Amino acid sequence: MTDRPRGDDPNSYSALDIEAEGLTVEPITQWQLFKSRFVRHRLAMLAAVVLGVILLLAVFADVLPLQNPTQQLEDEGGRIVNLLSPRGDYWFGTDELGQDVLARVIYGGRTSLTVAVLTGLMVATFGTLVGSIAGYYGGWIDTLLMRFTDLILSLPLLPVAIVAAAWLRETFQGREALSLAVLLGTLLWGTLARIVRAEFLSLREKEFVEAARAAGARDRRIIFRHILPNALSPIIVNATLVIGTAIILEAALSFLGFGVRPPEPAWGQMAANGGRLAVGGSGAWWLVLFPSVALIVTVLSVNFLGDGLRDALDPTQTIERK
Amino acid sequence: MSEPLLQVSNLRTFFSTEEGIVRAVDGLSFTIHKGEKFGVVGESGSGKSVTALSVMRLIEPPAGEIVTGEITFKGEDLLGLKDEEMRKVRGGQIAMIFQDPMTALNPVYTIGNQLIETIMLHQSVGKSAAAEIAIQALDDVHIPNPKVRMEDYPHQLSGGMRQRVMIAMGLSCDPDLLIADEPTTALDVTTQAQILDLMLVLTEERNTAVMLITHDLGVVAGFCDNIQVMYAGRLAERGTTDFIFDDTLHPYTAGLLGSMTRLDEVREERLYSIRGAPPSLIDPPNGCRFRSRCDFAKEICTRDTPLPREISEDHWVACHFAPDLDLIRVKGEPVG
Repeated sequence: MTDRPRGDDPNSYSALDIEAEGLTVEPITQWQLFKSRFVRHRLAMLAAVVLGVILLLAVFADVLPLQNPTQQLEDEGGRIVNLLSPRGDYWFGTDELGQDVLARVIYGGRTSLTVAVLTGLMVATFGTLVGSIAGYYGGWIDTLLMRFTDLILSLPLLPVAIVAAAWLRETFQGREALSLAVLLGTLLWGTLARIVRAEFLSLREKEFVEAARAAGARDRRIIFRHILPNALSPIIVNATLVIGTAIILEAALSFLGFGVRPPEPAWGQMAANGGRLAVGGSGAWWLVLFPSVALIVTVLSVNFLGDGLRDALDPTQTIERK
Repeated sequence: MSEPLLQVSNLRTFFSTEEGIVRAVDGLSFTIHKGEKFGVVGESGSGKSVTALSVMRLIEPPAGEIVTGEITFKGEDLLGLKDEEMRKVRGGQIAMIFQDPMTALNPVYTIGNQLIETIMLHQSVGKSAAAEIAIQALDDVHIPNPKVRMEDYPHQLSGGMRQRVMIAMGLSCDPDLLIADEPTTALDVTTQAQILDLMLVLTEERNTAVMLITHDLGVVAGFCDNIQVMYAGRLAERGTTDFIFDDTLHPYTAGLLGSMTRLDEVREERLYSIRGAPPSLIDPPNGCRFRSRCDFAKEICTRDTPLPREISEDHWVACHFAPDLDLIRVKGEPVG
């Protein structure tokens, strides 16, 4: 109503006033906030470093001075050096076929991580999409999608995997990591879909969603820009758990002969085969220990990382965990 | 009064629940003119918010449905618009401010981010231009140091500041009508007064009409040109602020006024309260819905539904006996 001269208003403090009082307030960007929180989360930082090293090893396996993981090594006399315990030449020993365990663990990481990450991505995409659409729209769409989810969740994993494995292997022409990821991704998204749906059911009633609608936002925008970021924590946690589960399931399927087939190495398969041998009386503990440690360390790191990400991504979270 | 902006006629919005159909708004008509400050008053469940949501077409089927009625905004039939066209109206020409500023802002985005998004939805401007408009809008609602505050998350601001942000967001696209649904209920009394003053100044400057929904007659008194009192989904009384306060015609309005605390009189007896509770809106019986709580109810009130009548110019009331009731003993002497 009245002309208000800017800056002279007693109600408004300009940046100058604040500086005059000797106080400076630096705005913090979201990225800075995220970084500082994440760095302070020690376990997550450690997990990130460990995962980084494992990933680098898997990616750059070709340029590392390693043996060929599928080659049967021979000594000078032309005899195959099988079941050597860890020693100077072979840090992790050799397996029953005379293949270098160190090389196999590193190359196996490549396979296992590919399976796990692809599965995680597939689950995150499917689960989020199905869950958010079901939760947001409700009604018959919800019923339809959730009954389908129930169906997927009720499938017994191993029998289905066994039936599907042969067909998938043919479809993907020997790209076994991919075929396994598709299989696991298809079977594992149900839990996440349910979690996301539950989140959406409660978030869609929040006033900010109504406010967004009242401001003229489209459904798509409300789902993906307004609600989804608020449901990110459970999605991240579940996706990381799925990555861990995928590595372990790869082991189970490989043990049964439906996962990655030798000579192609994978952690689960190596641990499973090694276990059979070690129990069989050869005493070759190194065949079990190294792939298992790699598997456990990776799964744990992924879970810790997810924990840290969740805490750091939530702008309202003020408690810092050490 | 200038030309009509929003005309609602015979609006019926029902919700279906397990117990039956809730007739939340049951045959309501009113008009808001350009630049008018229009107050909607009533207790919880009287259909105030549902009226607002119906105007915005935010009633979601299958739970709720606008059964009959016409809503005309600037000569355009809102109920006939396609979803896409309606989205342009929402936020662009009709903006809405919600009750609780704590939850009406998205916690994961900065306020700048949310302002810019709303602006870009309705105006064809680039991001940096939208940011300029956003900073200006924050400055207009007296947010100190708006450039810095743009980077803040909602939880970093106080309730009053957040409601200012909501007002800035509502007015950023220069709407013709601002619907404020209990905008000050969640705030403390001093902040409440500041926010109302601010809203009044800003909307007067822009000649924006306001539909102010509240259960607090004290809030509308200094703000509104006209007041509509609603009861159980229907009109009880409507008129200028002076009419409502001084020439009260409906027993319910009188009861509301009588139960207000006043600082300008010495009170020796208990504060008046309207006895009973509002009726269930599931299958309400015929007749006046207020009759069970009304001191003046007679047999006709059970039989016939009182229709809104215009007693004097622009003063409507839905009561069989208006204007012949002696309401002074209910509401007390008029203020000074």
